[in-house]
Amino acid sequence: MTRAKPEDDDWNSSKIHAFTFDDDDDEFTKLKESKRAVSSILVDDDDDDDDDDDDDVEKVSWSGEPVGSISWSVKETASSIRSGGEHGFPKINTAPSLPKQGSGYSLSSLFKAKSRPFQSFSESFSEASTRVYAPELRKPKSECKDYFSDWSPEETVKRMRKGKVYSLERFRSLQDKLLLLDEAVSAHDGNVITAVLIYLKKSLSKEIFFQELMVREIALRHYVHYLKEMEEQKTLVELMKALRRTEDIALMQYKEHLSIKDENQRRDFLKTCMRLPFSQDDAIHVQDHYTLLERQIIIEATDKKGEAEIFKKFPRKASILNMPIITTLYYSCFYHYGESEGTFSSPANIRSTFRISEKQYILTALGARAKLKSWFDVDSLFNTKNWLGYTKKRSPIGFHRVVDILQKNNAPVQVLKDYVSLIDDAELKLSLAQKYKCHDIVIEMYRDLKDRQQLIVYQGKVERGSHEDRKIDQLLGNMQIRWKN
Amino acid sequence: MAQTDRRDAPGLPDFSLLKRLARDQLIYLLEQLPGKKDLFIDADLMSPLDRIANVTTLKQHEVDKLYKVELKPVVSVSDQLCFLIRPRIQTVKWIADVVKSDKAVGRFRRYKIIFTPQKFYACETVLEEQGVYGDVTSDEWEFYLLPLDDDIISLELPEFFRDNFLEGDQRWVTTAGSALRLLHFLFGPFSKVYGIGRCAKMVYESWREQVEDGEKKAQNPDIGNVFLIDRDVDFVTPLCSQVVYEGLVDDIFRIKCGSVEFGPDVTSTDKSLKVMLNSQDKVHVGETQRKKEIWWEKQRKKKRCGMDIKQMKAFVAEELKGLKQEHRLLSLHIGACESIMKKKTKQDFQELLKTEHSLLEGFEIRECITYIEEHINRQLDYPFYNSSFYMLLYTFSTLGLLPKDYRSLKAQYLQSYGIEHLLSFANLRQIGLLVEQQPGETLTVMESKVGKLVNDKTAGKLTDAFSSLAKKSNFRALSKRLMLIPKTGEEYDLRVPRDMAYIFSGAYIPLSCKLIEQVLERDGWTGFEEVTRMLNGHEFAVTGPDGTETRNKTDPQRIILVMFLGGCTFSEISALRFLGRERGCKFIVLTTAITNSSRLLESLLDNQG
Repeated sequence: MTRAKPEDDDWNSSKIHAFTFDDDDDEFTKLKESKRAVSSILVDDDDDDDDDDDDDVEKVSWSGEPVGSISWSVKETASSIRSGGEHGFPKINTAPSLPKQGSGYSLSSLFKAKSRPFQSFSESFSEASTRVYAPELRKPKSECKDYFSDWSPEETVKRMRKGKVYSLERFRSLQDKLLLLDEAVSAHDGNVITAVLIYLKKSLSKEIFFQELMVREIALRHYVHYLKEMEEQKTLVELMKALRRTEDIALMQYKEHLSIKDENQRRDFLKTCMRLPFSQDDAIHVQDHYTLLERQIIIEATDKKGEAEIFKKFPRKASILNMPIITTLYYSCFYHYGESEGTFSSPANIRSTFRISEKQYILTALGARAKLKSWFDVDSLFNTKNWLGYTKKRSPIGFHRVVDILQKNNAPVQVLKDYVSLIDDAELKLSLAQKYKCHDIVIEMYRDLKDRQQLIVYQGKVERGSHEDRKIDQLLGNMQIRWKN
Repeated sequence: MAQTDRRDAPGLPDFSLLKRLARDQLIYLLEQLPGKKDLFIDADLMSPLDRIANVTTLKQHEVDKLYKVELKPVVSVSDQLCFLIRPRIQTVKWIADVVKSDKAVGRFRRYKIIFTPQKFYACETVLEEQGVYGDVTSDEWEFYLLPLDDDIISLELPEFFRDNFLEGDQRWVTTAGSALRLLHFLFGPFSKVYGIGRCAKMVYESWREQVEDGEKKAQNPDIGNVFLIDRDVDFVTPLCSQVVYEGLVDDIFRIKCGSVEFGPDVTSTDKSLKVMLNSQDKVHVGETQRKKEIWWEKQRKKKRCGMDIKQMKAFVAEELKGLKQEHRLLSLHIGACESIMKKKTKQDFQELLKTEHSLLEGFEIRECITYIEEHINRQLDYPFYNSSFYMLLYTFSTLGLLPKDYRSLKAQYLQSYGIEHLLSFANLRQIGLLVEQQPGETLTVMESKVGKLVNDKTAGKLTDAFSSLAKKSNFRALSKRLMLIPKTGEEYDLRVPRDMAYIFSGAYIPLSCKLIEQVLERDGWTGFEEVTRMLNGHEFAVTGPDGTETRNKTDPQRIILVMFLGGCTFSEISALRFLGRERGCKFIVLTTAITNSSRLLESLLDNQG
């Protein structure tokens, strides 16, 4: 990667403040002292500029400025030697990991650091032993580039993790590249894994690169996420194709429709999606998606003119485009009820095209017709004729749900009571009848229960002198009822 | 809290140091760009920033104007632009565009990106590829830890969950390791570390390596033990509707960074008001808080009974009358309570809760599925999130579903909420919540046989038995083994909480907290093999160099840092506080973010372009 070779002119801007830090007259007097202490050493360092790594100038300028009283404990870049003698916490076996190489530290890294005595010292020893709290010496980049080539995959990954200068250029053979990748993976540092992957992407042919990813699930997932974030859709699809992850490709391409704003383009795109290798179930859903949008476009074209009476009476609040199937059905039950099945906009057509269950259909139609207060339509949803020609109400959903929906649409008591009386569960029926003031039902139920006491209590809740009041009086005076209390 | 502590309970370390550290480093970084500059801040960094600095602080360091990062062309006229952002490729791309468009019109400015908590190579690569590397300098603001309360520290990285568990990107592992390292450095050395989960293991390793590379220090530790736990070890708990006060407020008003914005309906004025919620907030302290919680839970238990707002108001006023000085706050909380009551007393919500409980306990499964179906069919949306998807998720995690049920619910869901949710379902599979089993021949036969019986009411029991055979989730087995559901029948007196189930009104002990309790009690995972197998393993318990000789329970031994990788809920925090009170120890919760069911859902839904 080229970032390991900083260009001098890139750093012009940083140089400017590199030399200003000393004159900073900020009001942090409390910081002054320690700042001076450290910068005195660092200025030295600046002068001792025997390599031309300009990164260093900038870095030193800010790394050398400790924030006085505050102990900056944040992790140091210092690649200090392992805490000698006593062992720390034990290493645990983290799932898929590779055997690590033995030596952690190569002589060369210590040696090369000698060109910058202070830095190297601070890096490898001083901070560890004397505990100088300095703000993150993030990238001392002071090392000579000449020695890059000595770094093993392990060291390189280590340096990358610590944000130090590194070079990936020596990893030229496929084997070396893969060793590097595997090392990054076994270090569990996603940031480094991605960095290595970016390098491999640039330096390997897709064919080879993808092939190697195939057997490296963790690296693969990082790469996929990277491509997603970079919005490199094309590469992503190529990758999935190479890996033969057909279903993933299908979903991924399908996802693109979300970013297409124009409905006609979106429809055409969805049409192409139908050819994608979805699972059996999903293929049906995607086909539905295309059909749905196609219908919606047709419906929208006529409806947005709003010529029919119903649109003037109840103007549309939004277009029907891109709405879910059920919303479309609701819309159709609201604006296109009673149209023949032959038209695309009719509820019957939508119902059969999208295989909508009876229960779902009834729920939706009920909601729409109740909203319009078409109680006649509501009734006919549930009416069935038996063989003798009598009408009877039947529902695939509990009548208490029907009541709930009607009530939410402000149905009058006359309508509600018909449905309350159809509730099977007596307790539920009684409580809903009371809640929605279906007096007749309550009164009749108490009568049937022969519960005189409750009836008397209930009389207090109805209007005096009303029809219900009289009815209760009548019942209470009826000698033929054998009250239980 | 404070009043109910055992007398010998250890005190908590002072975490305000963390805020000072973060503030000073920020100031330091701003000083690195001398002169007037405009500062662009990532939207989700605003609240964390508010907790540690204010506008005056920024102005003192020559920040001229403040902007929110909106990925739009900039209007600033300043010569220096500073961007304080999370390391996200999209944001960096936008910055590159800003630089390029300036270049195009020959405008010279200085640009600096401050990544927090760290930069990613991928971001720098974007700068490089766009040809602006060098024009833009970058730094890191190592703001890992934000104390939200005396015992809560957050990394404020909600994307941790999605990145790690859904995308399989381990970019935050080192970040979490560094956060732990910082706490170890300031409040350690730790002597024991327990953990469970793949990510927990990796974070442990990252932390261990960083500690080894750093210097040793000899100091008296404040924190002795650490417990690391992955969010995917327990999906059920964060999905449960919360009933502890903070949890309720979070579910309904969304607590952001420890503070909550109450809208006009709560403040009963025409403007919104931001309120901090923590234990310094007097209304929340101690008994009163507990009483309030208990009251809540009692109300909630009486399932169908309508809750009376007047009653609630009277209660709060009565219970809290000793706190006149907090009057303003108090009236706000009353307002909040009223608003919660209005939303939570709807019959829909009661049914939702009932279903939730049935699923937890694993009975009346058929009824639950029917209920969910109707919920989906009616396109019901609980005002704050997509409750149908929530119910599905809840079912998957507690119960698992038969392939037949799954297919049918999915189809109905797509019809009701949009076919693009195919992508959300793919996410569920990816995250492991959905194990699609290809049923074998025999299973299919059985399935269809039982299917025929479904309509027959007497066969209901049989169907239930069958569902439990085919379940994929281990939750019920775990629940049985760990006794997560307190015995029904016994009256659960919320005034004298027996166990951690009290945070869910006695219905359920959170799996995550139960694990923590058990492992601490037995000092490891021995005897728990069966449990860890059901949780997919990855458990560990290690002792550090200082851990062996401290067998006696010294104070630091009784301070336990629990790190949730992928977020934790206020309910879990309450449960741990309770456990601490019981055991005479203290828990410090370190989490990647505070989460709840809606946040969890949002990170899994995938229907936006």
